[in-house]
Amino acid sequence: MSYLPYAVAIWLLVVGLYGVISSRNLIHMVVCLGVVQSSTYMLLLGVGYRFGAGAPIYYDVPLRTPAVDPVVQALCLTDVVVEATVMAVLLALCVQAHKRFGSLDPERLRPLKG
Amino acid sequence: MTARLRMALFLSSMAVVAAFTGWGAAQLPGFGRYPGPYGDVIDRVGVQQRRATDLVSAVNVDYRAIDTLGEEFILFTAATGVIVLLRAMRDERRRPDEEADPGRERPGTTDLIRAAGLPLATGIGLLGVYVLSHGQLTPGGGFQGGVVVACSPVVVFLAGERITVRRLPPTSALEVAETIGAGGFIAVGLAGLLAGAAFLQNIAPLGSTGSLDSSGTIAIINVVVSVEVAAAFLLIISEFLEQALIVRPTGGRGGG
Repeated sequence: MSYLPYAVAIWLLVVGLYGVISSRNLIHMVVCLGVVQSSTYMLLLGVGYRFGAGAPIYYDVPLRTPAVDPVVQALCLTDVVVEATVMAVLLALCVQAHKRFGSLDPERLRPLKG
Repeated sequence: MTARLRMALFLSSMAVVAAFTGWGAAQLPGFGRYPGPYGDVIDRVGVQQRRATDLVSAVNVDYRAIDTLGEEFILFTAATGVIVLLRAMRDERRRPDEEADPGRERPGTTDLIRAAGLPLATGIGLLGVYVLSHGQLTPGGGFQGGVVVACSPVVVFLAGERITVRRLPPTSALEVAETIGAGGFIAVGLAGLLAGAAFLQNIAPLGSTGSLDSSGTIAIINVVVSVEVAAAFLLIISEFLEQALIVRPTGGRGGG
């Protein structure tokens, strides 16, 4: 029994958050958020996996072939779409921030400075 | 807040997060020992019930179709959000820009890129149509196919003789396509109600397993979703391109 995929998911979560915290560039920060989100793919696919099982696609294999969980794979697809859309909105905000402040450094976004 | 204080806060809170997630992960069944039961039930009955051989698609647009409807509207909302965010800026910047420099020309592309562009765009478009239309049989579906289809006009745009944003489909046409795609999903759901079944119930003829017209509403929804996804992604891409090519003033950067 192995827990390595879960450890990888936690690692991606933590290292992505570290990137968000320490980022000095908004685009870099958005990419780090993508790393955070990829931890959820790792977790979802890890939870649904079964040793020796194939993909839940029965086009050219007999019906009784063992397969992994299709539900988490569908959830993962939802996750990917949501990540893409969130990134699009965040990048639009980055474009706007760059125009407004002439910089992508979060430290230099004046109104946000506390 | 100083960088050092922020890092100290981050490290202390991450210790808690790592401890709790680690503790939670330890309660999970070990990797490779999926305990079921939902995936197993669908693996066992999905193909006979829905006559779709790609069960991920079957879950996505049939068993969990209402969640996917929500997912599609997240995409719809995000595309609208990008347009709104970028259009607010455009009004500030565009008027002087248009007067100073109408139909600004961009550097042209080479013959080689133009010659490669058309076959590439055709191939990508065909691949996208294949992926979206075979979603019920093999890996693929509306979301994946829609994104691939959206790449085709982008390649045409990149290979264009003069790179101008006008080469992408006009925004109004994309908005109409997006609305048709989003409304079509709901229409398929309402058709279920009209037929006396539940919302989004699979009421279309199921056909024979393994053929292109099998799986009833799964195939229909895949096509509808792909229209919405392709239009939404093209809208987002064209808004960003417009920012890069049209809105920015020619002389220096305009401060805020």
